Order: sequence, then C-alpha cells, then structure tokens
Amino acid sequence: MTRQKLVVVGNGMAPGRMLEHLFTLAPDTYDVTIFNAEPRVNYNRLMLSPVLSGEKTYEDIITHDDAWYADNGIILHKSAKVSGIDRGAKTVTSENGITASYDKLVIATGSSPFIIPLPGKDLDGVLTYRDLDDVEKMLVAAKSGGRAIVIGGGLLGLEAAAGLKMQGMEVTVLHLMPTLMERQLDPAAGYLLEAEFVRRGIEVRTKANSHEILGTEDGKVRGIKLDDGTIIEASIVVMAVGIRPSTDLAKATGLDVNRGIIVADDMRTSDPDIFSLGECVEHRSMCYGLVAPLYEMAEVIASNLTGGSSTYTGSVTATKLKVTGVDLYSAGDFAEGEGREEIVLRDGAAGIYKRLVLKDNRIIGAVLYGETSDGPWFFDMLKKGTDVSVMRDTLIFGQAYQGGDPLDPTAAVAALPDDAEICGCNGVCKGKIVTAIKDKGLTTLDDVRAHTKASASCGTCTGLVEKLMTATLGDAFNPQAVKPVCGCTHHSHDEVRRLIKVKGLKTIPAVMQELEWTTSQGCAKCRPALNYYLVCDWPDEYADDYQSRFINERVHANIQKDGTYSVVPRMWGGMTSSKELRAIADVVDKYNIPAVKCTGGQRIDMLGIKKEDLPGVWEDLGKAGFVSGQAYAKGLRTVKTCVGSDWCRFGTQDSTGLGIKLEKFMWGSWTPAKLKLAVSGCPRNCAEATCKDIGIICVDSGFEIHFAGAAGLDIKGTEVLGLVKTEEEALEYVVALAQMYREQGHYLERIYKWAKRIGLDEIRQQIMDDAEKRQGYFDRFVFSQKFAQVDPWSERVSGKDKHEFKPMAAFSLEAAE
Amino acid sequence: MNVMSQTWVAIGDLTEIPVLGARCVKNGDMTIAVFRTADDQVLAIEDKCPHKNGPLSQGIVHDNCVTCPLHNWVISLETGRAQGADEGSVRVFPAKQEDGKVYLALTV
Repeated sequence: MTRQKLVVVGNGMAPGRMLEHLFTLAPDTYDVTIFNAEPRVNYNRLMLSPVLSGEKTYEDIITHDDAWYADNGIILHKSAKVSGIDRGAKTVTSENGITASYDKLVIATGSSPFIIPLPGKDLDGVLTYRDLDDVEKMLVAAKSGGRAIVIGGGLLGLEAAAGLKMQGMEVTVLHLMPTLMERQLDPAAGYLLEAEFVRRGIEVRTKANSHEILGTEDGKVRGIKLDDGTIIEASIVVMAVGIRPSTDLAKATGLDVNRGIIVADDMRTSDPDIFSLGECVEHRSMCYGLVAPLYEMAEVIASNLTGGSSTYTGSVTATKLKVTGVDLYSAGDFAEGEGREEIVLRDGAAGIYKRLVLKDNRIIGAVLYGETSDGPWFFDMLKKGTDVSVMRDTLIFGQAYQGGDPLDPTAAVAALPDDAEICGCNGVCKGKIVTAIKDKGLTTLDDVRAHTKASASCGTCTGLVEKLMTATLGDAFNPQAVKPVCGCTHHSHDEVRRLIKVKGLKTIPAVMQELEWTTSQGCAKCRPALNYYLVCDWPDEYADDYQSRFINERVHANIQKDGTYSVVPRMWGGMTSSKELRAIADVVDKYNIPAVKCTGGQRIDMLGIKKEDLPGVWEDLGKAGFVSGQAYAKGLRTVKTCVGSDWCRFGTQDSTGLGIKLEKFMWGSWTPAKLKLAVSGCPRNCAEATCKDIGIICVDSGFEIHFAGAAGLDIKGTEVLGLVKTEEEALEYVVALAQMYREQGHYLERIYKWAKRIGLDEIRQQIMDDAEKRQGYFDRFVFSQKFAQVDPWSERVSGKDKHEFKPMAAFSLEAAE
Repeated sequence: MNVMSQTWVAIGDLTEIPVLGARCVKNGDMTIAVFRTADDQVLAIEDKCPHKNGPLSQGIVHDNCVTCPLHNWVISLETGRAQGADEGSVRVFPAKQEDGKVYLALTV
C-alpha cells in the first residue's frame, strides 16, 4: 500500500503529540512533512519559565530531537514559514520556496502574543513572551541589569516577572485589573499571590493603565508612562497581556475563521482534508491556551487521520502557575451563583486559602493557594462529576483526610503537655493558661487575654485558646458569646479592629484572608465596616473601596423613596447669606427641584433631584462657594449653633464662631456612625447641644464640653466631659474625643453607645487628664484630615466616578408596525 | 408581520461598569441594571426592587446578590428572586460579555 502524504504546518507541542499518537496507531500510513517557522526541533513551551529563571536550559526542554524526526522518517523544514496553501492542487509552499503536496493537511500555527497598540511599541527592548527567541532576548537584557517592566499580571506575565527577578533584574508588574490573575483566581487568592510577589521584591501595580512606552533618541526603551502620569524607568518592557490565535494563513486559504480557525468535533476545518489543532483553533466558540485541551485534540486528530471517528467535545481546564515556591491551582468555574455553595478554608498564619464551589453536591470549581497537593484530586472529581455529599464536611481538608477517624480538635488540645506553647507572641504555655482559668475563675476570652496575654497580640492563636477554655471549663465556656461582625466571620468588631492594626492589614482582601473570612467577598454588612476601619486606621495608605460603601456615600447625596436624591450643601455653623440663598434659588429653578426644606441641622435640603442631574446641581452650587454638607455620611454632619455673643443679650461666648471653626476643622472626616455637633452660647441652650453626639455649652468661665447625647430612636441627655477655658482648648478636646471614638467605635455604633461600652470615666481620663493621649488623638485626627478634606462634589464635577451618574445606554422602543 | 424577537444589543464596554457595581440601561420606560461581579460576569435585572421599587443598581453587590439601598432586601442577580425570608422577584434579562463588550438581550 502506498503511503499517503501528511503535511503539518507548525511544530509546536500539539502537532508533536499528535504525531506521537499517529505513529503508535498506524506507523506506516503517512509520509510526514513539517514546516516550522522557528529554526528548531520541538520543545516544551510550558518550560520556558524555568529556562528564563535559569533553572533549566534549552536542551532540558527539548521534547523531540533531530534523531526522533529521522527515526520516524519525518522531513522537517526549519525556518520555513508557510506562505500559501493551494487547496485545488493540494500543495503547501513556504516563504523560502519549498513546496510539498499533501493528501491530508494539519494546520497548527498556534498563537501570537497580543501587542498593545501603545505609542513606542516598536522600540528596541519591547519584548513579548512566547518562544525561545523571546527568552533569549530577555536573558541578554538581564545581563546588563536595570529594571524590567512586565505588562500583564496573568499567568505568563507573572512567570516572566519571577524569572527576570531571578536573573537579577528589578521588576515591576503592571496589571490593569485590581487583582492578579483575575481570570483564574478570586480576589482572595489574588491578594495572597500579590503579597508573595511583593515579598520577593517584585513591585506590583494593579489598576495600572499604560499610556506610552518612552524611548531614547536612538530608539531604545527607557521607561513607561502610566495614564495617571507616573513614569517608571526601565530598560526592557515585556508585554504579556494575552495571545491571539494565528489565523492569517487559514484565512488566506479561505477556511472558515472566526476568533480562531473553526473546527468541528472531528477537528476538521471547513475543508474535510484539512485538520487544525492547538491554540489557533476555535472549537464550539472556545479558544484554548493551556496544554491539556491541545493534547486531547491531538489524540482525536490522530485517530481520525487513521480512519477513526473520534470526537473532541471541549475541555475543562486547570491552571497552575509555574513559579518555584508559589503554589497555586485553579480549575473550573468558581463564580458565585444560584444553587452554588462554597467551602472556604483559610489559614492566615500559613498563607493558605482553599475554596471549592459546589453545585448539586458536585465540585464545579476549585481555587487553591499555598497548599495545592489536593488540586488534581479535586480536579478529577470535578471532571467526573463525583457526588461529594458523603465527604462534604471534610472535603476541603483533602484526600488524606478522607476515611480516617474524625479528629476532635478540642481533644487534641487537651492532650497537649502543660509546657506546650500556645501563644508564640507572648510566650504563654498551656499550663499557665489552664492555671489562670482555674485559679482566677476566668470565663471569657478577654479575661484570659487580660490575665495571661495569650492571644492578645496577633490573635492567630485565638482558636487554640478558645479550645483550651472549652477543654478546661466544659460547657461553661461559650466562645460564641462574642458577637461576630456578621455571618462571614467569627471575629467581633473589636477583634477585627485590633487585628487590622496589629497585623498591619491594609486592604479588604488582606483582612478577609488573614482573619479567615468564611465567604469570598463578604456581605453588605461587613464590607462597609471593613472599609471604614481601613480608612480610619490607614488614612494615607488605604484606597477607599467605593463598592463597599452605601449608595449615599458613593454619590454624595441622600437616596429617597422614589430613587431620586436630596442634596444638602454645608452652611457653616448654620450661617448663610443672600448670595448663597440666591444661588440655591437659581439651582432649584434650573433643575425643577420639587421640594426645598430647612433641616434640623440648620441647613437647606433640596429634594427630588434626578441622579443624572446631580453633577450639574453640584457644579452650580460649587460656583457659589458651596461644598457638600455630607448629610449622608457616617461622618461629620452639622455643627448647629445659636447666635451667641454676637447678637444675643444672654450670649457669653462667640458660639457661632466656635461652631464654624469646629465645622471647618472637622468636615470630611469619616466616623463609625453619624456625628452631629452643636454649640450653645449660654446655658439656655438654644442650639440644643445637650442631645447631640458632641455639644458645647458656653459659660462665662469657658466652655463646657458634653458628649454622648441622643435624640433619635433613643432619647438621652449628654454627659459632661469637662470644662475648658479657651476656644482653642475646646477645639482640641472635641477633636481628640472624636478621634478616640473614630479609633474605637464599632461601625454604625453611635457615640453614646460607644461611651457606654468603654465607660465614661475611661473617656474622661484619657481626654481630660492625659495630655499625652489627648495630643496623640489630636495629631492623628489632623493627619487623617489631610486626606479626607476633599470636597466630593467638586471632585465629581471634575469627572471622578462619571459612570455613577449617567445610564450606560438608552434605547427607545420602536413602535410596532 | 409583527414578531417580537430577542436580540443581543451591545451596550458598551465591560470597563465602564465598576467591579461589584452596576450601570443602568434605559429601555423605553424601563430601567435595567447591569451588574458586574468580582469575576467579570455580567448580570442584568430590572432596576426595581419587588419590595418598594428601590433602584437595585445602587445597592451593594456581594455573592451575586444585591442589597437594595432602600430597605436592605437582598435580591439574587441570577434569578431575580428575593433571598431569605422576603418574597418577591424582579425581571431578569440575559446578559453576556465577549471580549470586553457587554451585550443585553432585549426584545425589539
């Protein structure tokens, strides 16, 4: 029987695997000719990263050497890029003039790196990361040192970054999205990955949009400019933002091409004698960039080339990052969804995060970070659709945990010897804790912390201490007595606030990971709380997360029952003028604002404004000198005043002036719950200062500072903090008090509730008697105001959050004919 | 002929919707809220809470649900049904994103 002629265009991993299968199935069916655009034999492209990092050499990663081609009688044309296919004559011709005829043709042109069309993309030193040539260029560049910028924080970009760092370069990764590898990882795992890269000395900039690649006069890269104007110097720029199927040849040949070359389940293109596989194909609307699907395709083609009728039906893929020392695994679909449940295991101390997504008792997605040995086991069950209901409770602990005796964690702690160390931070051993519990009759975690210091620092041993208390006290100890922030965590507000500071946690994903949140994104209860705590504790470093704020604080207006908004500009201390009133009147007319009302806080409220009108309203108000009254904020609201000694025949001090000073000093600050102030010029108290969060009653001898009043759901007169002599002191003490509340209050806890919890004496002691503490609070408030006193209205008039105010698109219904 | 059919209509780029946020699309008299989840799915529901017509597009997004800004009802972005003890549902519209473009299936 005469052999048929098989021509393969492309010499990557997919056709390599296909030929192996072919020669096994039917060794003598075909004479094979390969056209390879690269000047080499076949190598394992997955191993480029170890070559870049220096852990492997090119020779190590060759999969098929010259001898293999010779043994199988394959004609390999190296450096021969195919320029045309003649389907009529059934021939293939390369750029360097070689023509071969075929009975069956396989197109495996793979993919090419996507080049972002930035100015400067053609400069010398702008590289991609796709084949061995790219790696060699990077290795040459690395020899002269300097900084490399990698654009793209996906799989390839991160591998390139890690490799270049190991070659001794300084490395910056620029990533458009907020978290790394967002297509394969959820934000929690992305956070851990970023932390690991930062630990290795690689700079990671997320939400970074490149604007231009800068070059020297002789056409070499010298750096990159971001959209925000930042310039980063660099000697090379590596673009690793993705791949696109190489389809030019197929297109020119007249085959059906969409995103990739379209193949049916039998891997045939629109021409029955032409097959295609690998990264260049599109199968059932999917293009694949990982190796496992390509191997499955290879098997199908080999079978169909030898008379079989195999079909490929698509693949579920798993991802593993190939950076030494980073254990990361993701597979399947890990989106949230109806009827889906998640199992999350976090170990903050060990940097482990595992999340399984289940549907109908079957694993449909898995993300593992830090400990990935069970990845293949989970993936196997995912692919097979194994019912996991019998092992659901222990599933997340992995394969080794299945089938054994269930371990009772309390019993394990009880079995520890007395000298076993429980709290590493404070060096507290088990015996000391047990003795303290018994001798002193301790029943709560806080008691144990106070007496032994166990778990009082970083808090990671809290679980151990609690189990020890259970083992010692039995049912008398109920760890659930601490009310958690919400269902996403077992930590209380106090614990969360303490741990944010102790552990230096500065982002929401960091808090959720380190404090072992049981959900991946939190909920509408905990996210705003965490956002406030981070804003309060790291005013200069934390970037406010708008999606974790209630709508009013996002659009800086108050939502009303019909979805319209109300707008309240500041009237400092309740004072206004004809000019201001005229401006308000004009705005009301211009925007047809249906209702105008005086508020209880001595300002004017315009109600019924459409959301899309808000920027215009603010712009006009801004021109008249108004700023947002923050009538919506968990923050400083109003400072109500009476006219005081300026006008009133009973006034003892300039209460209006002090009110204005306080408001101008404190506006813009975020607090646990709303904060309303008032200053009355005499004990007749016309400004009603004695039911405010903080109030001042002016008297002849000075200023009496009050706090912790309430006139809402609860009615409560204020408590007296103390008497001070001067206006400056009044301001300092009030500010210090506000800061103490900011630092200790639970989110949504009004000041009177906080005061009850902390104790009035403690507050008086710290603010009135302890000058050092008071100064500390005052200074921290002043520092935080540097970042908080930005008028949100003028920010938005100048374009911030534009997207909030306009519909994305508008369609009008066309009349039916 | 007068046939109502569903068509995919491009409404803009994915990047125009904040992650864990929403944008509105006006379709005649109706407003549709198009949400973007943490993993870049797009989901669309009528911008009208079944409880008291609150604008759901303005709520906090979590776990493929949105918490209504008016009275904290939690609505599934996938089924449009109120979660927990509350009962009611809102219309759901097919939505998808492809290569960074967002499409909504509308009856035209």
